[in-house]
Amino acid sequence: MLASFIAQLLNGVQYGLLLFLISSGLTLIFGVMGVINLAHGSLFMIGAYLAFAVAGMTGSFWLALPAALLGGALFGAVLERVLFRRFRTRAHLDQVLLTFALILLFEEARSALVGNQFHSVPIPAVLDFSVPVVGDFGYSAYRLAVLGICLLVAAGMVWLIERTRIGSAIRAAAENTEMLDLLGLDAGRVHTLVFAGGTALAMLAGALAAPLQSVYPGMGDGFLILSFIVVVIGGPGSVAGAFWAALLVGLIDTLGKAYLPQAAGIAVCGLMAAVLLWRPTGLFGRP
Amino acid sequence: MIVASRPGQSLLGVAGLAIASMPLWASAWHMQLASTAMVAALFALSLQVLVGATGLVSLAQAGFFGLGAYTVHLLGSPPVWITLPAAVLAAGVAALLIGPLALRTKGFFFLMTTLAFGQMLFFAFHDTPLGGGTDGLFIVRPSLGFPVPRAARPAVFLLVNLGVVAIVYTGLCWLMGTMLGHALQGIRSNENRMAALGHNVQRLKLIAFVLAGALAGLAGHMSALTDAFVSPELLGWHRSAEALLMILIGGIGALHGPILGAFALTAVQEGGTLLTDRPRLVEGVVFLAAVLFLRQGLAGWRLRARKGVPTSIGDRR
Repeated sequence: MLASFIAQLLNGVQYGLLLFLISSGLTLIFGVMGVINLAHGSLFMIGAYLAFAVAGMTGSFWLALPAALLGGALFGAVLERVLFRRFRTRAHLDQVLLTFALILLFEEARSALVGNQFHSVPIPAVLDFSVPVVGDFGYSAYRLAVLGICLLVAAGMVWLIERTRIGSAIRAAAENTEMLDLLGLDAGRVHTLVFAGGTALAMLAGALAAPLQSVYPGMGDGFLILSFIVVVIGGPGSVAGAFWAALLVGLIDTLGKAYLPQAAGIAVCGLMAAVLLWRPTGLFGRP
Repeated sequence: MIVASRPGQSLLGVAGLAIASMPLWASAWHMQLASTAMVAALFALSLQVLVGATGLVSLAQAGFFGLGAYTVHLLGSPPVWITLPAAVLAAGVAALLIGPLALRTKGFFFLMTTLAFGQMLFFAFHDTPLGGGTDGLFIVRPSLGFPVPRAARPAVFLLVNLGVVAIVYTGLCWLMGTMLGHALQGIRSNENRMAALGHNVQRLKLIAFVLAGALAGLAGHMSALTDAFVSPELLGWHRSAEALLMILIGGIGALHGPILGAFALTAVQEGGTLLTDRPRLVEGVVFLAAVLFLRQGLAGWRLRARKGVPTSIGDRR
């Protein structure tokens, strides 16, 4: 009983951290560019399929992680330059519809390239064992590795945003884009960078999640709704907010699904509604 | 909100008559297709009360639509004069409960709150035994009060749906001309000004939200009546996004925009299914083209020269 509870707790933290990888990009893209990207969940799905393809072709899952990061950065940069740049100042309605169209196109491209079957990606052999946690109860080493990688990425993001020149440019862009232009910094490049980074993180999350669940069409849908809930609870534009909100949502969703499956979905949405009513700009958002 | 001009209204009337005469010349399949388009038009019209008239973009609309449809099933399909008011009432009450909470937020937050509330309704039917399963189920059609032989069904439901669309459209045309309609349009163009003029903006928005929700429930009821099938997918946010697209394709600035958009989108979906193996690809390309190039919608083609026609709501800069 206790062992299974600890396992669910760890699952919740690991799920929450994965959620953080997805929603940190989403929150920065909205905070800096003012763009609502409903296709963010599809990027997660593309990352998982990329991992499936790379792991299948090369036989090594570890190559899939840099492939997802680099491929994601490139893909995100192209998307920003070609499409999202034009939609920065458009109404939310137009952004919703643009990204809804992208969801359909990504799903169709996926269906044309790899079909609609469910696939599985094997857990890398090095990590295919369980680590003893309490007594004889063990926890999957791969899940612990995912937990560690996500924490590393989170620490790296905090360092990048708080301690580097690029980070200060990103924070300035979130504050006031015109001001950035006046200071002689290229706001367009900051936007490309943020969008590329966000896409890379979403695709990395997809690649990391691939061995944990099957790779299937529409696997990003659940993550999309949850990540938007995370962004709203944490406060748009706040990476720290996204971190704590992602942990909270991950825990509630996982524990809810384990112990009260009928109420898990409603509980998370209800949590968001409650936070919004209490603090209309999210926990870490500026009023 | 542009109520169609005299020639425009005559054209709508002619189109309505053409649809009404379909039982004389069209196949059963074409009549079912037209019924589907009219249910979609009704749904998009309900959302236009929020989007075009008041300037609120909501993603919860499909929740109210599905609630209306499931009401028919949950009541055990009594005659239509019980299910129709019940569906409208259920959706309206749900909107009355959700509205005050959702309307405390604005812009991005309103979009996300309505997304969350819409998904809550979706989960309520998807994850619990209430809705009778995740795959949906066939239901018994409520009786119309007179026997409808199987062969006559497409024609009868076509005429019933056409009648409901005509009544709702006419009613909304009238509403847009009243003080309430003008006040809602005032909120769309400048909310602060309306508040400064002494209007209770929050209450006006709530009225629009509840009216839109109740009409979406009506649309859901007509969908259940026409298809005799309900599923949790009816409540999903994808449906709300599709309705937004119908409005955008048809024209945000026009009350008849959603009707044009619903017929256009149904034609695109059906054409995509008939002509290609990948209907969703066609749909995606059309969405993309519409949002990139068709900024005033089909109804905006002739309005372009006129001044004061809103091209899009809430351009933020």
